[in-house]
Amino acid sequence: MKMKIVLNKDSMQIEREQDVVPFRNRVREYAIKIGMGVVNQTKLITAASELVRNMLKYAGGGMVLIEAISEGRDNGIRLTFLDHGPGIPDISQAMKDGYSSGKSLGIGLPGTKRLVNEFDIKSAIGEGTTVSIIKWKNG
Amino acid sequence: MDRIPILRMGHFLLVTIQIDLYDRLATNLESDLVQMVNKTGARGVLIDISALSIVDSFMGRILGNIGSMSKIMDAETVVVGMQPAVAITLIELGLELKGVSTALNVERGMELLQAKIGSDEGELIDEDEDSAE
Repeated sequence: MKMKIVLNKDSMQIEREQDVVPFRNRVREYAIKIGMGVVNQTKLITAASELVRNMLKYAGGGMVLIEAISEGRDNGIRLTFLDHGPGIPDISQAMKDGYSSGKSLGIGLPGTKRLVNEFDIKSAIGEGTTVSIIKWKNG
Repeated sequence: MDRIPILRMGHFLLVTIQIDLYDRLATNLESDLVQMVNKTGARGVLIDISALSIVDSFMGRILGNIGSMSKIMDAETVVVGMQPAVAITLIELGLELKGVSTALNVERGMELLQAKIGSDEGELIDEDEDSAE
């Protein structure tokens, strides 16, 4: 199995909705730096925006790790969203199209998953949720 | 800057979104637009999003809300200038922008608005404005 190597990383604390736009800009800088095309950039940043809003809405904020990674010949961006919110009781239900516990449009997690190449979610009730996504440069 | 400017052009309102909106700015725009429709009796709202590099579900909801609210106030909404990458992303995300008409650019958006409100009513309002000047 090929190894994922971290080339560059950065972390951002997300506490208020005003943090969303600067965070998106940081993700864009990272994506541009590895030469990601406009369509993939847009997908990645949109996915990032959805996840960071979820984090604010359900957990009142959290931390995001932004990493430029490499695996074999592929370069990509990995974003890890960590929060200490209430956690998601039923992840498989949350990943179904049309499901949303909040007031959003119910496209939340499954829509976001479609925009990226790898999507991983772990959650423990009362402890928090960690979502990790990867968008490959040519993915 | 805490407000997106809303320009009045005849019986239309014109909004050009030049920066990525944070949430407060977007919700302000929503309420400002509805109030402007009420105040001016505008029949159409044209929103240019050509400078927006992303539209997420929050922004999509704002655009949809503006469309529905304006509709209740008897005004049509057309969103113009969406970047191709944004359109691709929106569809993959599963966001359909229900209740909002779209056009490729401002010119076509204006034509669409004219067609939507009907030429006879447009002329009537034009006359009113001529006499006011």
